[in-house]
Amino acid sequence: MTDLRRIAIEPLSRVEGHGKVTLLLDEAGAVHEARLHIVEFRGFEAFIVGRPFWEVPVVVQRLCGICPVSHNLCAAKALDRVVGGVPPPSAVKLRRLMHSGQMLQSHALHFFHLASPDLLFGFDSDVSRRNLIGLVEQHPDIAKMGVHLRKFGQQVLEAVYGKRIHGTGAVPGGVNKHLALDARDGFLARVPQVKTWALEAVALARRLTEVNQARHQDFGAVPSNLLGLVAADGALDLYDGGLRGLDAEGRLLFDGLEAVDYRSLIREEVRPWSYMKFPYLERLGPEAGWYKVGPLARVQLCDRMPTPLAEAARREFRAAYPGVTHAPLAFHWARMIELLHAAEDLERLLQDDGLLHGDLVSTGARRREGIGVIEAPRGTLIHHYEVGDDDLVTRCNLIVSTTNNNQAMNEAIRSVARRYLDGHEVTEGLLNHVEVAVRAFDPCLSCATHAMGRMPLQVTLVDARGAVVSVGTRGSA
Amino acid sequence: MTGKVKLATTSLAGCFGCHMSFLDIDERILPLLERVTFDRSPLTDVKHASACDVGLVEGGVCNEDNLHVLTEFRAQCKVLVAVGACAINGGLPAQRNQFDVKDLLHTVYVAEPGLSRRAVPTDAELPRLFDKVRPVHEFVQVDYFLPGCPPPADAFWAFLTALLDGRAPTLPRGVVRYD
Ligand code: SF4
Repeated sequence: MTDLRRIAIEPLSRVEGHGKVTLLLDEAGAVHEARLHIVEFRGFEAFIVGRPFWEVPVVVQRLCGICPVSHNLCAAKALDRVVGGVPPPSAVKLRRLMHSGQMLQSHALHFFHLASPDLLFGFDSDVSRRNLIGLVEQHPDIAKMGVHLRKFGQQVLEAVYGKRIHGTGAVPGGVNKHLALDARDGFLARVPQVKTWALEAVALARRLTEVNQARHQDFGAVPSNLLGLVAADGALDLYDGGLRGLDAEGRLLFDGLEAVDYRSLIREEVRPWSYMKFPYLERLGPEAGWYKVGPLARVQLCDRMPTPLAEAARREFRAAYPGVTHAPLAFHWARMIELLHAAEDLERLLQDDGLLHGDLVSTGARRREGIGVIEAPRGTLIHHYEVGDDDLVTRCNLIVSTTNNNQAMNEAIRSVARRYLDGHEVTEGLLNHVEVAVRAFDPCLSCATHAMGRMPLQVTLVDARGAVVSVGTRGSA
Repeated sequence: MTGKVKLATTSLAGCFGCHMSFLDIDERILPLLERVTFDRSPLTDVKHASACDVGLVEGGVCNEDNLHVLTEFRAQCKVLVAVGACAINGGLPAQRNQFDVKDLLHTVYVAEPGLSRRAVPTDAELPRLFDKVRPVHEFVQVDYFLPGCPPPADAFWAFLTALLDGRAPTLPRGVVRYD
């Protein structure tokens, strides 16, 4: 065995949270290994034990400042079962309003603020311009559109749950307040403009995907199963529904599974080099059972989008990729289709007076266990709690969206490292190719460190003996 | 030279909510960018801070990597600001301080029933965890504290514009939050 050289990309940047990638290269510069490490541990699942269950929805959202609403909602859905309630119609509408508000802001943030500079300027373009600041200077109209889309989503959250980040909204059994009439009217007046921007965002993402179609189609593309929620009628539903699984060719593996079924559906493996676990479909085993979640999975899993503009956009996407695409860069287009859906869904919900009055909470016979599942911006999210008669949590398990994409992200960076780095002198621009692949998944490394801490994202290249060749830290020149 | 103020930001053991709240200044980011440039930040691909005027730190210190980044950051920033509950007092992640970290790791990576391969991750790539999550001022000198979980966007705005105008930063009453 010859010496292997290690290169680390650390910290990963323009992603949410902390991670690193390590690469191991032999003397000829061939890539032997590429790994995405989550290097932080926070231990939420452990320290939530012993806390009163009713504080859980506001506590666990602090896993993540980008999609706190996902955790607030998913915890509340799990705890709906513990309080024995079925949230009343108004509560469900208000929860859906929060969810679409967060989908809009989170998708806008990822595409415009974080990822678009790679696509607009080039993967190996000038590191000092390849960011939001460069975007503002060279494409001010695009930057402003992103800022305003995100702002609208954040303002909806502020109105429904008190703050833009880490407010209070969903509670076990329902929600804690209605939307104010004047806030509703203000949003209704502005939402048509938001839809117009969202249509432009879809067009932009499509253009940037197609401009270099040959390369983009197989950049980091590794076939896998797909997992996500769909409504009973097969339409996309991000808040509720049954779990559907497809194989890499798009054949149905299962459909209509409920949240409680996750225990027989998914197993998780621990690997010594990451705090992020590796989930897989138990029936297929760890080698063949890994899967993708998130916009790319969802847009291809559902039979249709429930809103007209997004459905038209979905059809164009499916026509552009006959069969199933596994291209990470196609995530961006799919993500903007969901952003358009979120804008349309906000308009639909805002027209419903159920947001303004009606029962907010329902409770019934207490249970000791609750499992909730939701489609967060980054994919399927599962919360599982057990609660004692004294109201204290006795067990907590969280499978977050980014964890569901763990194997998929590792496969993508391995593929990109082999294709673009093998035998080449490693440059900052080449290392950014690896990050571009990770970024496409919009990983939330904050969430993924829930086990205990945060996730720093670093890439390391290791030579044939496992020695760190060099830490290819970018942007330090 | 641009004559712009150089700003760096970093996240230690935090949730990125403080960074998101900073972005909640919305379109005010445009006039801000006329007066500041960004150095190391999760928003740029600058991985290590060089000499900066102002550094914003989100999150407490939970492992040796956090401490390393914080020390480097402090050395490069003329003015260091601890942003948010996690940086100021450890915040929610410090809830783990009442437990032995080994027990927590065991609960998550060994005891959890849904695991097929179980073992606490120990690879050399993973930084050593500290037994407690600690606020940044226990390790380095901090010049300002912006409270809140997260501090509201208006707190970032009031603080930064005062600094840029050469005024002593004060926070209007309504933007001092502790939730
Ligand atoms: S203070 Fe609050 S918002 Fe800021 S990093 Fe900590 S948990 Fe997140």
